Amino acid sequence: MTHPVHRPGHVGARFPKVDGAGKADGSGVYADDIRLPRMLHAKILRSPHANARIRGIDVTLAASYPGVVATLVGAEMPAKYGVIPWTHDEQALATDHARFVGDEVACVAAVDERTADEALRLIRVDYEPMPALLTVEDALAHPEIKVNERAKVGNVTKHVELEFGPVDDAVARAAAVCHQVYEYAGSTHAPIEPHCAVARVDGDGNLTVWSSTQIPHYVQRELSRVLGLPQSKVRVIQPLLGGAFGGKSDPFSLEFCVAKLAMKTGRPVKILFTREEVFYAHRGRHPMRMDVKVALDGDGRISAVDNKIHIDGGAYASFGLVTAYYAGQLLTGPYRFGTYRFDSTRVYTNKPPCGPKRGHGSVQPRFAFEVALDEAAEQLGIDPIEVRRRNFIGENVETVNGQRITSNGFLKCLELVEEASRWTERHGKLGPGRGLGVAGSMYISGTAYPVYPNEMPQSGVLLKLDRSGRVTVYSGASDIGQGVNTLLCQICAEEMGCDPRDVTVVAADTDLTPVDLGAYSSRVTFMVGLAAREACEKLADKLRAAVAAKLGCAPADVRLELGTAAGPQGTMSFAEACQLAEAAEGATLASTGGYRTKKLGGDYRGGTIGASPAYSFTAHVAEVEVDEETGIWTVRKLWAAHDCGKALNPTLVEGQIEGSVYMGAAEAQMEEMIYDRSGLLFGPSLLDYRIPTSLDTPEIDARIVESDDPNGPYGAKEAGEGPLHPAIPAIANAIHDACGIRIRQLPFYPQRILQLLRERDARRAGSERVA
Amino acid sequence: MMTLPAVDVLRPRSVAEAVAQLAAHPGARLLAGGTDIVPNLKYGMYDTQHLVALRGLSRELRYVRVEEPEGEIRLGALCTIDELARDATVQARLPALAEACAQIAGPQLRRMGTLGGNLCLDTRCVYVNQTYFWRSALGFCLKKDGTACHVVAGGQRCVAAASNDTAPVLLALGASARTVSPRGERVLPLEEFYLADGVHNTVLAPDELLVEVRVPGQAASLRQAFHKLRMRAAIDFPALNLAVALGVTEGAVRSVRLCVGALAARPALVKGLDDLVGRPADRRLADELGRRAHKQCRPLTNIGVDPGWRREVLPVLVRRTVLRALAV
Repeated sequence: MTHPVHRPGHVGARFPKVDGAGKADGSGVYADDIRLPRMLHAKILRSPHANARIRGIDVTLAASYPGVVATLVGAEMPAKYGVIPWTHDEQALATDHARFVGDEVACVAAVDERTADEALRLIRVDYEPMPALLTVEDALAHPEIKVNERAKVGNVTKHVELEFGPVDDAVARAAAVCHQVYEYAGSTHAPIEPHCAVARVDGDGNLTVWSSTQIPHYVQRELSRVLGLPQSKVRVIQPLLGGAFGGKSDPFSLEFCVAKLAMKTGRPVKILFTREEVFYAHRGRHPMRMDVKVALDGDGRISAVDNKIHIDGGAYASFGLVTAYYAGQLLTGPYRFGTYRFDSTRVYTNKPPCGPKRGHGSVQPRFAFEVALDEAAEQLGIDPIEVRRRNFIGENVETVNGQRITSNGFLKCLELVEEASRWTERHGKLGPGRGLGVAGSMYISGTAYPVYPNEMPQSGVLLKLDRSGRVTVYSGASDIGQGVNTLLCQICAEEMGCDPRDVTVVAADTDLTPVDLGAYSSRVTFMVGLAAREACEKLADKLRAAVAAKLGCAPADVRLELGTAAGPQGTMSFAEACQLAEAAEGATLASTGGYRTKKLGGDYRGGTIGASPAYSFTAHVAEVEVDEETGIWTVRKLWAAHDCGKALNPTLVEGQIEGSVYMGAAEAQMEEMIYDRSGLLFGPSLLDYRIPTSLDTPEIDARIVESDDPNGPYGAKEAGEGPLHPAIPAIANAIHDACGIRIRQLPFYPQRILQLLRERDARRAGSERVA
Repeated sequence: MMTLPAVDVLRPRSVAEAVAQLAAHPGARLLAGGTDIVPNLKYGMYDTQHLVALRGLSRELRYVRVEEPEGEIRLGALCTIDELARDATVQARLPALAEACAQIAGPQLRRMGTLGGNLCLDTRCVYVNQTYFWRSALGFCLKKDGTACHVVAGGQRCVAAASNDTAPVLLALGASARTVSPRGERVLPLEEFYLADGVHNTVLAPDELLVEVRVPGQAASLRQAFHKLRMRAAIDFPALNLAVALGVTEGAVRSVRLCVGALAARPALVKGLDDLVGRPADRRLADELGRRAHKQCRPLTNIGVDPGWRREVLPVLVRRTVLRALAV
């Protein structure tokens, strides 16, 4: 794939990340690098019980321990909160009910971490342990035991049932039906940076919280509510972030605790989670059990998809309301479904809460569907790539559930991975133990649904031009490694002709920057990109007008590029152009831009959830090798082609594709949150919870497809989450090609593969006997 | 982050001084590379007040020597794992040891970790190598702070697993350990060094220091190989490991030792192999060793990898490792 030639630093260029050097050389400031005078360190006491009534908490001994400055219990800030306004079901510290092993119960601030740790052991909590519900089955079978009191019916967080067309009729008439149960294990994000927050209160009672969050705006709102402070008195700043992946998109206990302790003590307070605590904070991938039917007509066209989904939510809702929808709503492309039904139930269980992990809600059903599609196509003898091509939904169409698809480069993606993997000559022909598998997917570029209903823009940008030629962009968006700060520099350079290195980005500081809702649902580049472009265009017009007046030409003839402003008869530096424009303005040069949510989605309850202004598309082919004597398998290579509309920075897009493939392959290989019978998470460490090392990572061939979306900034769509989805089913389908087994349960542990191989051999032996 | 308990660090300059300090401070523990003890201290697994740091003994205990004429190979206990993996003598004479060392942890940890530290690595169990909070939620266990075993129901003896990768190799090669204590020094075969007790799986007295490993000269002529089963390709303790050393003369087995680790507290030398002496060193031998290992080895849930599967693949791994050693 070639990219149009662009000037350095402009949109489409491989401009280096603006925060890259600081991350590499250690000079970057993360939350834990913040050290303030007289700062205290706090630690949180956690429940050792999966489900227990709290009859009392006695902090007297801890409070008098030398070095301890303050203690904190839930009764001091009992208000419930949660990222979604309809499901406020968390407390910073539990007041009367601990809902999982690791749930937060009390907090101590001391002169250092060790003292705080020691003091925690002096807190006496009177627990009344109750039976714990650890599985979906138990949670549904025992409505009389409440995991979370917010649940209206039993332990159900959210139930969604939607049907589009007569599914049962279509299944009855189908030429082939795959009906199987697929099970997706829960996994977590494992960002390298643990959560950290620092709070300070100034003499006027203004609270500042630095937090490793990907949602400063929502954290500001919830801090204000829970602490009873006006929102204008709460400032949230997101420093440099060491990975998030959705694991930092809820308000977390530590943010409330440091804030309240700073208010109580008048001293700055910091909490840095241990790795173990990151596991309890969790909000990772939901375990899902999916009972799926995929029906094909005689031509191999998808006539019906029916999915009954059970979602294991853990003890709190988090984004769970959205999860229950996403699990169904995001499946309806890149293929046309004749009819579709999903019945999705998210339940509370006494485990750390699940939430949004990269590819929120849709990675699990995508796995189930893409494997089931292969299984159904196999019944008809249709090649896996051919069945996907034949069902391509097309461009500028509406999905069966009323989502509007604009650009769609899926066929091109499919073609690229087909060619690169030499599919036609190699699929089904690689010999025993080696195989190829394919899968496709679709994902959103933000959603029309703001987390709290309002008419204001989802994203705003404020731009200021200094007479020195320095451009400052004020953006509320969170750069969590996806590179939005870099893209903002590139967009300024593209629109105004300045050097991208002359752009300062002031980001994610609720006092200084306009609101952006946060880095989730792959919305940031799309929405803040459009907002920035709008702001840039306004200022570029002022620059052109001022330069045109000076040079005696029409504004339209002024070209802003390469750090200069040039007319037909003359040229000047960008700084001179800024000075002319500032003189003409008679005031500071500034402009604003915004992203305004358009009405999208089906006209039914929940129709806006998952309705996106543009969808990205991906196709993967995986090549695997299976050791049939041990069940150990490896991905030899994975080809991933992703339609991101327009690669504003191809290096960053490739990085997102590679990171996504890594994370998807990791879930296929080894990642799982495992609990014992009492609800204790096995091995909350990066030694026991294994994430792949570079040596375990497949060779990845990342390809970019540009479909030039009419709605995105410069045609761009998302690239950070979509490319994860097909990795898992492509690997499962490749394992089938390699050795004729269908693995329907994650992770694809070698023991499961070996067991399936034994069953296959028994079947083969049986059929030989019959023959 | 996790905090270290407050401890005093003693810094002896000689083996004699180190041993004296161990004797003077009951409960003191050794700090060599720190790759095992530091996380364990953070987990609250030791109630020690003193660490005896061995860095000052490097000049005394960091060497690879060949004692002629027998060719005995002597390895100082403070050799780093990385040094052994790269050492020309080790690679030439004890290739299985070099293999094992190269597969321990990851590059940074190999540069810190030592041979002595690996041989004395505390036994590991999914129920004990956890934070104090986690262990308290579990109700603690036999190895530390509790009375119940969560691996063997009703178990009275700790079965935390020997998880060192150098031990099976050195056991297969017939190595010995030289130790020093205030009572003098002793040299004992490695099979007498380990005990089947996960709480403390060596015969070392609290004031005794492992200073050297001695490998007999004839080990260099053995056909040897090591295999480590792990769930990821680096930074992982063994789910199983095994080493085989075969003496082969004119195609026939002259001696055979097979050791399997990561089962319970003691690396297990597969027993009763003497009848294999004299048999052809071929594929059938490899299969037979696999069968014997399968019969004798019963993986437990002390390691978080399916014990049934580990047992099932053991004969395959043994067969392949033997074939690799024999290069057939």
